[in-house]
Amino acid sequence: MTRRIIGPFNRVEGDLEVQLDIHGDVVSNAWVVSPMYRGFEQMLHGKNPMDAMSYVPRICGICSVAQSVAAAMAIAQAQGVSMPANGEYAANLTLANENLSDHLTHFYMFFMPDFARETYQGEPWYPQISARFKALKGTAAKQMLPERSQFMHMMGILAGKWPHTLSIQPGGSTRGIKAEEKVRLLTTLHQFRTFLETTMFADSLENITNLKSAEELKVWTENEAHANSDFGLFLGVADALQLGELGRAADHFMSFGCYPVAGKRLLAQGVWKDGQVQPLNTGLITEDISHSWMANEQDPRHPFDGKTQPDPDMKDGYSWCKAPRLGGEVVEVGALARQLVNGHPLIESLVKQSGGNVHSRVVARLLELAIVSLEMEKWVKAIVPNEPFCALVSMPDEGQGMGLMEAARGSLGHWLKIKNGRILNYQIIAPTTWNFSPRDKDEKLGALELALLGAPVREGETAPVSIQHIVRSFDPCMVCTVH
Amino acid sequence: MSELARQNTGKKTMLWLQSGGCGGCTLSMLCAESPDILACFNAAGIEVLWHPSLSESSGEDVIKMFEAILNDELTLDILCLEGSVIRGPNNSGNFHKMAGTGEPMMNWIAKLSAKAAYVVAVGSCAAYGGMTAGGGNPSDACGLQYDGEEEGGFLGSTFRSGKGMAVINIAGCPTHPNWVSETLAQVASGDFSEQALDVYARPRSYADQLVHHGCARNEFYEFKASAEKPSDLGCMMEHMGCIGTQAHADCNTRLWNGDGSCIRGGYPCINCTAPGFEEPGHAFNETPKIGGIPTGLPTEMPKAWFVALASLSKAATPNRLRQNAVSDHIEVAPVVFEKKRKT
Repeated sequence: MTRRIIGPFNRVEGDLEVQLDIHGDVVSNAWVVSPMYRGFEQMLHGKNPMDAMSYVPRICGICSVAQSVAAAMAIAQAQGVSMPANGEYAANLTLANENLSDHLTHFYMFFMPDFARETYQGEPWYPQISARFKALKGTAAKQMLPERSQFMHMMGILAGKWPHTLSIQPGGSTRGIKAEEKVRLLTTLHQFRTFLETTMFADSLENITNLKSAEELKVWTENEAHANSDFGLFLGVADALQLGELGRAADHFMSFGCYPVAGKRLLAQGVWKDGQVQPLNTGLITEDISHSWMANEQDPRHPFDGKTQPDPDMKDGYSWCKAPRLGGEVVEVGALARQLVNGHPLIESLVKQSGGNVHSRVVARLLELAIVSLEMEKWVKAIVPNEPFCALVSMPDEGQGMGLMEAARGSLGHWLKIKNGRILNYQIIAPTTWNFSPRDKDEKLGALELALLGAPVREGETAPVSIQHIVRSFDPCMVCTVH
Repeated sequence: MSELARQNTGKKTMLWLQSGGCGGCTLSMLCAESPDILACFNAAGIEVLWHPSLSESSGEDVIKMFEAILNDELTLDILCLEGSVIRGPNNSGNFHKMAGTGEPMMNWIAKLSAKAAYVVAVGSCAAYGGMTAGGGNPSDACGLQYDGEEEGGFLGSTFRSGKGMAVINIAGCPTHPNWVSETLAQVASGDFSEQALDVYARPRSYADQLVHHGCARNEFYEFKASAEKPSDLGCMMEHMGCIGTQAHADCNTRLWNGDGSCIRGGYPCINCTAPGFEEPGHAFNETPKIGGIPTGLPTEMPKAWFVALASLSKAATPNRLRQNAVSDHIEVAPVVFEKKRKT
């Protein structure tokens, strides 16, 4: 048996190391290491609570708006304020613009280029995939990047710029939208829909969202145009490489839910296990630091009472990442979890067939492109110019608030305590903190660690390509993970 | 491509590293338009040796490439660092060990900087420490050649790259895509010297501008008709913490994501291209004042003049601006002057 240390991982947003024990031709044990610590939670201590709005987006350049939204929600809860309808629509649109752009970046630039690696050059599908998705050279990224930039013109209107906007506030949005700006937003969305319907899917978004089962998806790919769309190309490779058998974790999923409109979230909040959706009890969330490089003076704590004191000398530590657990259990978060908790029939069917895996995670992400784009059109139309976009509220001297939402890559939570008008404690659990957590005090492996067990090693490989697929199927964001 | 073949093409090699930052400057760079960023690199004759978000290779292949540079088997023309240099804890650099190597990232940065013809700090973190150095600076972060406003930083004030240049600080949080693409293109063409840098080693191409230039709230500024709460249309200097009149950047003439900017998005400029912007000494969204006068005055404006002009213009503020300044939409339209129509 040999211990392999694999890193740096690129195309994961931030730095990542994976350590593997390999037994014969499969991975027999795994340790996921987040190798960088900056200390945003420590930085925020003692600051004016509103300063969090300038700090937290800068935790992450790819989930920047998601961090803004979580902070705004936590502060809003402490203030007891809610957004006017226009503010909600504007915040949802800004967040959706980021989340969908992230899905595109992930698919075209981070995930698919691994199938253009030389190791696959003998495969019958290689010439087409490599011409389309080769890193820096393929035709796909060159086609996608201008479309993505165009799509992100919505940020220019709604949020001033991306990343690191301050437009999302606890009381709503700083940017009133005028009637002609609604038209520009809709035109941009139309252009984006055209790209998705011609290049990504070769089908209408409605048809994609209406796919109801693994069987229907299979039938869908039998159409030649569908099979040659970028989604179709992925499904072809997934079939050839049996990606549906790769990277299964605990099959226990959580979503905080997101995109609220008048008290109801478009994508529901909940926990999925064994085919059942249960309500989420946020009181059961804890962070364990038994295998983190964190001062080890405590049992797992709820984030309202969490502490962040780095200590690189912890003898059982192997990552800066803490180990979040729900009622002591490992859960997986992301687009797959969101669509499962929200009860999408295609995703339910895929998970029933073979659980959460590389294939189903990617399908859920692309499905969400279709579902949320359609919703964005409705939100733009619902904006009423000249009605308020932002409520003004004062900051309490004492209070606490929790902001739970969904970033592109899964559940993001902020927990804030205010005392004497200053931040007493600020704790953040990011999506990849859940997915890439280290072991806990009961030696339970994190979701990615579980997903890596049994991964196949091809002949002569020192760094198995299967690991690349599994790791990136989670769309990790390492800078959020540790923050 | 072999080293010899590359030299024959005249292409310049670029290696991009990330450390104590958020990756936001790369994500912003991917928003480059007309053309996109990959086309910009091609046009500039830049060959990307490795970039954490763009390249195929990972793990061992990357480490081998770094070693080839250190052994002079591979020429490194441009080294970009995104994110600060993390020195903590206790100067060990252990808060960021480069994955797969067990070695502090700061050591890799030092070794590779010594081999590069040009060293470029992309973003305010890499330039000065930036946001990562805020709030007591828990990771002991600093910039490549600055620690906040202090020259020196990680590489030291006397450091010069292979071409005899100080570190080029493309400051900004994040950087505008074209600040990066245009500076790199100038560097790759060899048409870039220290004369092109301002006092904080920022490219003068954008740092000789003020965010105030082209501000769409100009008329509100002139009449001191001020916003009082988020989403108000008025000038944000008096109450909302905006320091666009002092901030060096061209955000309101170059624009972001189509036609945006912070101020156009309805929130204040926080001077993110400046060293130390992360700790303004007051809440970001509130203007500190003494006796009702903002402590930070517009660039090069004498205080007495500001006070005199402000009180004069406040006395002259048209009702239209007074009303619109505290609304999120135009309540009162400007008067249309009707000329006598010819019949």
